Amino acid sequence: VKCRKCGGRAVLELRRHNTAFCGDDFLDFFRHHVLETVRRWKMLSREERVLIAVSGGKDSLALWDVLHGAGYPTTGLYIDLGIGEYSQASRARCEAFAAERESRLLVVRVADEIGAGIPRVRDTTRRPTCSACGLSKRYIMNRAALDHGFTVVATGHNLDDEAATLFGSTLRWDESSLARQTPVLEATHPKLVRRVKPLFRMSERETAAYAFLRAIDYVVEECPFARGATSLTHKEVLNRLEDVSPGSKASFFLGYLERARHLFQAGERVDLRECTRCGQATTGEVCAFCKLADQVRRVSAGATVAPVTPAPAPDEHTDADPPAQRGLISDLHAASEIHSA
Amino acid sequence: VGLRPPEAVIGCYDRAMKVILRNQSREVELAGRRRVKELLAELGVLPETVLVIRGRELLTVDEVVREDDVVELRPVISGGGRP
Repeated sequence: VKCRKCGGRAVLELRRHNTAFCGDDFLDFFRHHVLETVRRWKMLSREERVLIAVSGGKDSLALWDVLHGAGYPTTGLYIDLGIGEYSQASRARCEAFAAERESRLLVVRVADEIGAGIPRVRDTTRRPTCSACGLSKRYIMNRAALDHGFTVVATGHNLDDEAATLFGSTLRWDESSLARQTPVLEATHPKLVRRVKPLFRMSERETAAYAFLRAIDYVVEECPFARGATSLTHKEVLNRLEDVSPGSKASFFLGYLERARHLFQAGERVDLRECTRCGQATTGEVCAFCKLADQVRRVSAGATVAPVTPAPAPDEHTDADPPAQRGLISDLHAASEIHSA
Repeated sequence: VGLRPPEAVIGCYDRAMKVILRNQSREVELAGRRRVKELLAELGVLPETVLVIRGRELLTVDEVVREDDVVELRPVISGGGRP
């Protein structure tokens, strides 16, 4: 297979684009697409300092690499989940990445914010682990951005993540999740920071290839708590479709953004206020993060695990995390809260 | 993701290609040369779910791998809740 641009030996074929590239031309292709996405969706301005949420995985580090290389003023945010060796390895990758580029990395420990790392949170709540973890990360991300004066946070969500989330929401016909899924989450409240997803048009395989070709040292190992997550099954189903019909994932998600999302947005209206405990934006009196922290404290003090209370309508910053192993209809919204409660 | 057990093709050969299935912590040995697309099909791996790595290079599905090669199939799928 030959590179479409230079005719040299190709290292990656992109079936959905019916093309193939050598290493250097693929890197150019990738950077061009990401930066074009940033420009077309007005995600970032050149003057704006951007906080990039990094996990030590391929997507977020690839994103940081592209934005840093393009001259955006970037700072990394690593959220230490307290998941043993996995978190230690992830943090080390982020620190090394930042040091190599002489970039700043903020580190926030979940344990300092909620009273326990994710393994103990997992044992004290009936929420699916990925849901409690996602809620904590989104909360910490927003608060860290506010505390440090950032007006925008960028995350490494890729096309496969977005397509899998959309697939899950569609299977449940979860109208509010469908209305909220977008690559640019605007700041609809003074306590909310804009969130953008510059990799949403790049497939997971493309970001992995970019990270490999750029010799980015990322954590290949999967989070031990992600095993069995429904989102992985959705990704597998979509990849089977992609195999027989290249371009399926892109047409599913990008077609949704272009032609269907506005239909769900029409009925969506969320009133936000400040959490009476922490001051972050929420739809209720006390935000979901504070409630989760309460639960962790209660269980640590010896109380029994209380059932999860279904949350009111999540705010529109919600990301509609794929619900992992969820059984109860009453809990449908619980996984998709962000700062809400 | 996208893998089924490759027991049928595990072997013990004098000269074999070693295939490392990353994240499954498994290695299989195969005799004979074949294209990457044939290798993936034998192991039940969807091309969209892995990078195929030999040394420091990425391989397309039309590349040929042979005895004495060490090939890593590195999954590209990450999951669970994203921030």
